[in-house]
Amino acid sequence: MTVANSARAAAVPVAGAGVPNLSSPPARAGRKDARGWRNLIWVLPAIGLLAAFVYLPLVQNLGFSVLEWDIYSGGQTFVGAENYARMFEDPIFWKSVVNNLWYAGISIVFQVFGALALAALIEGLRSDRWRRTLRAVYFIPSAVSLTVAGLLFYFIYEPQMGILNAALDGAGIGQFTQAWLGQENTAIFGIIAMSQWQGFGYCTLLFAVALQRIPTELYEAAAIDGVGPFRRFFSISLPLVREMSSLMMIVTVSGAFQVFNEVMVMTGGGPNNSSQVLGTWLYRSGFVKNDFGYASAIATAIFVITLSLAVLQLWYSRRRRVEW
Amino acid sequence: MVTRGSVLLVLGRGFVSAFLLALAVVVLYPLLWMVLNGVKSNAELFGNPFALPVAWRWENYATAWNRGVGDYLMTSVLVTVTSTLATVFISAWAAYGLTRVRIPFSRTVLILILAGLMLAPTVALIPLVRMFQAMGLYNTFWALLILYTAFRIPFTTFLIRAYMMDLPAEVDEAAAVDGASKARAFWQVILPMCRPIIVSTVILNILFTWNEYLFAMIFTSGGDFQTLPVGLTNLMSRHGTDYPVVFAGMVIAAAPVIVLFFAGQRYFIRGLADGIGK
Repeated sequence: MTVANSARAAAVPVAGAGVPNLSSPPARAGRKDARGWRNLIWVLPAIGLLAAFVYLPLVQNLGFSVLEWDIYSGGQTFVGAENYARMFEDPIFWKSVVNNLWYAGISIVFQVFGALALAALIEGLRSDRWRRTLRAVYFIPSAVSLTVAGLLFYFIYEPQMGILNAALDGAGIGQFTQAWLGQENTAIFGIIAMSQWQGFGYCTLLFAVALQRIPTELYEAAAIDGVGPFRRFFSISLPLVREMSSLMMIVTVSGAFQVFNEVMVMTGGGPNNSSQVLGTWLYRSGFVKNDFGYASAIATAIFVITLSLAVLQLWYSRRRRVEW
Repeated sequence: MVTRGSVLLVLGRGFVSAFLLALAVVVLYPLLWMVLNGVKSNAELFGNPFALPVAWRWENYATAWNRGVGDYLMTSVLVTVTSTLATVFISAWAAYGLTRVRIPFSRTVLILILAGLMLAPTVALIPLVRMFQAMGLYNTFWALLILYTAFRIPFTTFLIRAYMMDLPAEVDEAAAVDGASKARAFWQVILPMCRPIIVSTVILNILFTWNEYLFAMIFTSGGDFQTLPVGLTNLMSRHGTDYPVVFAGMVIAAAPVIVLFFAGQRYFIRGLADGIGK
């Protein structure tokens, strides 16, 4: 109490005697506002912005998805579930879902399992300086925007000036050189590869932080018992960061279904819609083809997928009894 | 005495070190290539891609700056600073209300704010376009300020609230005894005590806003008010044949956040860890 008092005394040089206290309002308002309605002033700005610009559009989107709708002329016709029916028969919609799934699967391999293994390798280094340096170096691409990273890899893959084909030639395996983003079967994987380069350091950093929280006594005891590094990783590190891994997996998959930026910058969904993902197909359907009802149906699909994943994530954190 | 085990251990260590260093090269070389290409001539770009620049053409940076990158940078700074300040202030204000003031339906309010974490911006995109067109805010600064603030409040409130919950209740009692209003206690006692988490959230919001593309592209690509991510793609399509200038623009766009990361690494890491690890 005395400590808190002196801290307060230092922080509040002038005691505000004349300022009304919001938590115990003066007698005049006291009875009327027994539940503290006036205190809503604290959360009103946040709630107001969220209601107007996050929740309202979300609900509106459901309404739009049952319309045939020209955003420029304003003409709207009710078409019921037709947009959804069209969506389920649209091969490009399914192509997009498959591409999002590739995104999710490959990201789990590199940004969850790969990053965890990498974090364990880094934390196993004896020099603290190297540990810090490597963590920071691997993180740098994550500080670079996906737009810059996307443009950079667009050039790296470029057949005339890019370093990827040049490196393959230099390594004597020139038969693998190709127009990575210009072909239907490689475009989406070129984009996904860029995204791994951009994002693995972020995940590695998070896993490194989680690993640091494991008491070192556990490893020391295991080392004294003659347990090798592989078994230490599988028997101590892995179980103790399992929750972190599950969480990362859900965040990664959820992110994979929201991909937009890098696809837009690198291929725009092409060639021939082969690298389309849900986000870019929504954009193209609505903003390019002026089919906003259909685009809203795609938005609903993204909503259902990401919300399910978020609920799963919430369930995980609840299970961990984390305060919410 | 050299045993088989110790030889394996040394070999293993060497292998791990070599792997980690190789990975560092894979990470850094593309970035170095980007910087070097920014000072080459167009002809050099189409020569040996691994060669060093013959003459270092720093004037490419000036060209990029004059072809719009300077304006994009200023716009990015303006949008980033204002939306970060608005987000962090509104979130801290809400977090204080949620943790230290008695509020009716506080649980509902809490869920309403934090549930925003689960919603993908893409889903709200089309209704937002219509809304901002109706309000006449399309292609303006206000569109980005409002959207970035609204969509970053849940995450920012989540982090600050978690931090505020750990502050002892005695702090408020002391301020209350003193007759300080809640608002005064917020500004003069609680907010200064939350400095570490405030810095973390500021850095995370800068990282987000500086690099954001979806909203920026949809809401501002038609006007002449553009942030760097959208501006760079314009630079690319308008001056597409002058690639060194595009590379210079990319470096200008990327450098500030990388510098910020190294300057505030400690807060950065804590903010990231809190963000996902809580």
